[in-house]
Order: sequence, then C-alpha cells, then structure tokens
Amino acid sequence: MKQLRRTMLYVPGNNPGMIRDAYIYGSDSIMFDLEDSVSVDQKDSARFLVYEALHTIDYGNKEMVVRINAPDTKTGIDDLEAMVRTRKVVIRLPKTETAEDVLECEKQIERIERENGIPAGSTRMMAAIESARGVLNAEKIAFSSKRLTGIALGAEDFVTDLKTNRSPEGIELLFARSMILLAARAAGIDAIDTVYSDVNNEEGLRKETQIIKQLGFDGKSVINPRQIKPVCEIYTPTEKEIKKSLAVMEAIEEAHHKGSGVIALNGKMIDKPIVERAQHVLDLARAVGAIDKEESDK
Amino acid sequence: MSRLELNGIPHLEEIGSIDRLFDAEKVEKDYRSLAERQASDNKIVPSLEEAVRLSGLKDGMTISFHHHFRNGDYIVNMVLDKLAEMGFHDLTLAASSLTTVHEPLIRHIKNGVIRRIETSGLRGPLAEEVSRGLMEVPVVFRSHGGRAYAIESGKLKIDVAFLGAPFCDPYGNANGYSPDSGEGISCGSMGYAVPDARYADKVVILTDHIVPYPNMPFAIPESDVDYVVKVDQIGDPEGIMSGATRFTKNPKELLIAETAANVIEASGRFEDGFSMQMGSGGASLATARFLREKMLNRKITAGFALGGITGSVVDLYSEGLVKKILDVQSFDLKAAQSLKDNRFHQQISASYYASPGNEGTAVNQLDVVVLSALEIDVNFNVNVLTGSDGVIRGAVGGHQDTAFGASVSIIVAPLIRGRIPCVVEKVNTVVTPGKTVDVLVTDQGVAVNPIRRDLIERLRKAGLPLCTVEELKDRAERLAGKPDPVPYLDKAVGIVTYRDGSVIDVIRQVRDEE
Repeated sequence: MKQLRRTMLYVPGNNPGMIRDAYIYGSDSIMFDLEDSVSVDQKDSARFLVYEALHTIDYGNKEMVVRINAPDTKTGIDDLEAMVRTRKVVIRLPKTETAEDVLECEKQIERIERENGIPAGSTRMMAAIESARGVLNAEKIAFSSKRLTGIALGAEDFVTDLKTNRSPEGIELLFARSMILLAARAAGIDAIDTVYSDVNNEEGLRKETQIIKQLGFDGKSVINPRQIKPVCEIYTPTEKEIKKSLAVMEAIEEAHHKGSGVIALNGKMIDKPIVERAQHVLDLARAVGAIDKEESDK
Repeated sequence: MSRLELNGIPHLEEIGSIDRLFDAEKVEKDYRSLAERQASDNKIVPSLEEAVRLSGLKDGMTISFHHHFRNGDYIVNMVLDKLAEMGFHDLTLAASSLTTVHEPLIRHIKNGVIRRIETSGLRGPLAEEVSRGLMEVPVVFRSHGGRAYAIESGKLKIDVAFLGAPFCDPYGNANGYSPDSGEGISCGSMGYAVPDARYADKVVILTDHIVPYPNMPFAIPESDVDYVVKVDQIGDPEGIMSGATRFTKNPKELLIAETAANVIEASGRFEDGFSMQMGSGGASLATARFLREKMLNRKITAGFALGGITGSVVDLYSEGLVKKILDVQSFDLKAAQSLKDNRFHQQISASYYASPGNEGTAVNQLDVVVLSALEIDVNFNVNVLTGSDGVIRGAVGGHQDTAFGASVSIIVAPLIRGRIPCVVEKVNTVVTPGKTVDVLVTDQGVAVNPIRRDLIERLRKAGLPLCTVEELKDRAERLAGKPDPVPYLDKAVGIVTYRDGSVIDVIRQVRDEE
C-alpha cells in the first residue's frame, strides 16, 4: 500500500510534551520542526531533543519528517548531520526556490550517508515551496532529485511574498496550488497543501480541505491534532465509492482468472486510470478501517 | 347526651396518649398576620455566637459542614473562628469536603480547637500540612455515600451541624437556589447537607438571604432545623460557581473523551433509556459531547443522568436526550439555573445518591459512569486522593460509590501527566478497589479489567484499541521512567475508608526533602 499523506502533523521541535505524544492522534505523517517554531537560542536543544526522541520513542508506522533549517547555514548542516544519522526521517527542506537548493541539500545528505555507512540514497526528502520564485520553479524542483517524496506549499511566507494575505476562499493560492500540484503529478510525487492556521474554525478547515482534495492534493499539513479528524473525514471515500472500487478490483480479478484481456464492468470498459483510482480509493478506505484488509485484497 | 367523662371511655388505660379532657379556655389562637408571625415567632437568632450557645455545643463534640460552596466557602472558617474565640477545643470537624479556601483551619488545629477531621477531600495548604504530620489523629476519608451511611447508621454522630444556605425562611426551610429570587448566590443542589440536617442533634442554618415563608422548593425542611442565623456573606460567588462550563480544547483530552464515548457505545449499555454519570473533568465533560452525537445518530435517549451536574448534562436534557436529572451537586451556573427551570431536574440527598445502606440508591441504577483518576495500577485500583509525591490533594467524592454501582465504570486518564505516569505498578493510595473498575481509557489505548470478559469481547468486536493494563504501564515507564517509591514516614495521617466504613488504605506522613 502506498504511504498515505492525508495529514502531516506539525510538532515544534522544542516541545517535549508534544513530541512524546505526537503519534497518538492518528496523523499519517509527523513533522518535527527545527526551523520557524524554534527560536535561535533553542536550535541546539531542539535538535538534540528530536534526535533522542526518534531513538527512544516508538512512533509505530508513522512517516517521520523533520523540517531542517536552511542547509546553507551552520544550523541547517548540524540538523542534517543529526537527522540523517537517525535513518528514520524524511528531510523537509524549507523555503525551496530552485532545483539547486534541493541538489545542494542532497549533496550534504550524500556526504553524511557516505561518512556514516548509511546506504546511499536511502534518506528521502521533501521540499516546501514558499515563494513566488519557488512556485515558478516548481516543475524543476519536483524533478530535481529521486529522493523527493513530495512537494508542499507553505502559504504564510508565500502570500507575504505576493504582497497579499490569506483569504477564507484562498483565491490568492489558486495558481500556486495548481502549479505545485501539476509539477508533483508530472514528476510522480505527492503534493501536500499548506496549513490552515485558524485552529478553532473547523468549518473553514473543512471547506479548504474539500477544495484542495478536489484539486488533487494528497493531503494537508495540520498544526493542531484537532485538525486531523476533519481532514481525514473529507479524505474518506463514501460507501458508494468503496463499493464501486471493490467491484472494479473484482472484475479485474475475474478477467485475470479467465485470461481475458478486455475487462468490463456493467458493460463499461475498465482501463488503467479507473483501476488506479479504485486502488487509491481502497487505500484511503482501508486507512480508516472502512473496509478490512481481506475484503480489499479479494 | 351525657357529659363527657374520661372514665366513660373503655380501655382508657391501654390508650396511653390520652390523659385529659379538652379545655376550650386553654386554646389561644394567634390572630396576627403571616408577616407579623414570621417577624416575631421564628427560629432566627441574632448572632452565630448565640446560636452556638443555644445549640449546647461542648468541647470534644462533633460539628459538621457541607461543601456546596466549594472554593468560595466562608462558613467553615467563619464558624471555626467564632468557636476558637469562644474557647472551644478538641472538636471533631466532619465536613462533606474541605478545600484550598480552608487554609485557616491549620491555625485552629495547632491551637487545639480542632482535634479530628472527617471529610471526603482535602486540598491546598491544609492538605499539605496534614500530609506533613500536622494532626495527632489521622484524618478519616469517606466517600459521599459512605459519609451518608456513617451518619445514618450512627457511626458518625453529629452534635451540631452548621449549614450555609443561600436562601432560608424564618423557620429553616433552606435551599441552594430560589425560583423567586434572581438575587444572591446560588449553589444549586444542597444534597450533601441533607443527611447532616436530618441526623445532627442541633442544626444551625447560616444564610445571607432570609426569604418569606415558605421557601420552596427546599433541600432542608424546617423540621430538621433549630436555629437560623443571618450573616453578611456566606461565600464568594466566584469560588462557588465557576460560571458556564467550557469544553476543553486540549486535543489529548478530546482524544480520550472520544474513545470513552466509543467504549460506552460498544459496552452493550448504550440503549434507549440507559443511565449515566459524567464527572466534571475536561475529558468527562467532553465525553458527554461525543455521546450526544451518538445519541442523535442512533436515536437513543438516556432515562436519567446522575451526580454532580454540569451544563453539558443540562444541554442534553434541553435537547430531550436526557429525560431526568438527579442532582446531588450543581457544578456550574447552568446546572443551578436548570434546577430552577426544569421540572425533571431534581435535587437529591447524598443518601439517595449513594448510601450503601439504601436499597435503591441512585448509583446502583447506573449503566455507565465516567470517572477520572490521579493514578491507576495494574490491578485497576484507583487513587484520587494523593499525588505522586504522596501529598494529599484530592477527594474520594462519589468515586467509590459510582464505580461500585455502575454496570460499566470507565476511568479516563492520560497515560502520563506532565512527566508523571498515571498508570503504575501500585497506586500510592487505594481509594477505589480495582474489582469495581471495569475499563481504563487513556490517550494510548484502552484496557479492560480481565474479570469483565463480556466487555473485552464487546469492545474487541467494535474494533477499539484494546491492550492490557500492564502494556500501558510498561509504555508509561518506557517514556517517563519508573517512579521512585514515595519516601513515607511511619505516622498515619489519613485513613481511607470504603463506602461501608471498612478501612481500605492508610495515608502516611511524607518525608520532607532535606
């Protein structure tokens, strides 16, 4: 099953209580932040804390991500030195503007892997795009490294760069979202949407999530555990969708069984995109226990 | 007709109550108006001092108080200051609970005014001092039901009860709210004071609002009351009522609450007409909210809700999701207001609520109860009384009573609080025996008491994240380390009794850090 990234929970890297409990809320990914949520005088202790937590705490099957400081700074390099060594995390690159940014970071990762006997290329990366320049370079960024699992929009810095602010409808983000999504899809990686910062406005969060799901995003970063459930609910397929997808998979099975090349369901031909969509629906359904494993494997 | 003569009545000597003939001359009818009578013939005495004198209180006797004014209470300190001034000593103070506001009692204990304390709870500086060996005689802790039972059975004999009441008429009909008056403090139910009034030798009501007869409804009837004293202030409204209860936004509490609601749904007790009690802690309150969604979805209503009542229970009542409310203590203004407004929101006494001497006691009619805990151990024993440092900082409350009475008792607790594990090998103080605790819901999994095989089966079927309590304990220890044992001294500072009066545990004096 493909790694789902419906929700990526932000956890400040200097908050032991939150780091300790981050896995109980059911997000698909957990992102420890060493960058903007940690003040300069706490960078070292946060790095140490996150490193130790990753060694001590069993985060189960969560995808673990660490947002490092810019890798052209000493702090950023120190972050990389520590986090690559854990062999457990995806490195999230902040404020990516060009493919070179990714490649520079990758060079450091390669070095650290080499120096520590870590299999080359095993450390994955994701890139956050948070500026006009970054959005315009989204395609090059998305294709820059095989290590990339996805690209993400960071809207707060982006709207500032655009000289505007975030509106409830999000019209100012439409181009950036579309651009990032297209780039990600073209490169065959995931597209992750930005955070919704008003944690007490669940309705607003739901609306925004519906929009980005419809656009095609794989999921969203969340800044409060309370945001996980609403996002997951929107990403949960309906019963009708699940039934249809199960029927598609069954039809394929049957066709394989008969050795038939043409697959049809209720008189309609089933082609590759339909199968892929059905598989994705079933992945999402299985993640929330809407179907059990045996049923979907049938 | 012959003249009426006593001797003419057959078997008169066997009818003991008759000894004389009616004499019209001796009848003196009172022609004054109601207002005139209330003003002159009543139970009002001019001062607390006078009431104390009239009550016949002597050194070594037992005085009692209720805790419906919570942390806003002025009554206990006011009365003890007066008794100290009048020179009393060696008294037993039997309160339904004591809290932070009762710090001044430390002085009265040191001066010998108070020799013994019986209570449900102890918090703040008084609790700290008691834990450090302030008292010669250990404090006796009882549950609300256990206290009612002790009073009813004569084990706890109260000589004089000093009971604060927001509203009282000149004859002693006393209540915590008044439908007539929007003014003044309202504490809602006065359920814990009812056994005191009923069984104490003398009862003094202290009130800041003397209202016209008949003050109704009343928690305490005039027949139980001897004296009424008007005082300027009975308490601080801020401390008595916390205002509207706010729902928690703490994601961990919400997670626990949602899981607890899922447990209730899967418990086999979630059927139309079921009964429930929710605590006033963040997670318990939120459980009510998650339960509400489930009740609406499945078109289920509760027959009654019991206990300390909060606004969230009142909301369920207002929506028709709870048919009746039995209220022994009103936690917030909304609950107190609802007592005034709602026909089927009834205040009940501590005895009706939870006394084990009472066959039909309300806790025994509970399907589910959600309770909090300071600590719970691998045998499901629960501590709600002492902190991880061994210092007293809690109350037995209705914990033992409801855990015993409810068909399914659910403890909600975080696995770790701050950096202190809540699931431990052995609790510091056993308050509620594990045999009466059915389910533990934490943020990191649900553990069912192995004696409840039926529940394990049901919850597993429902796909709840079950694990053993040992697994939870191990996880807590892996994260926070194994707590060192509390360094206690030998001296007993508290005796924890079970609801029937038997001793379930002893609290020892803590050793001060050097």
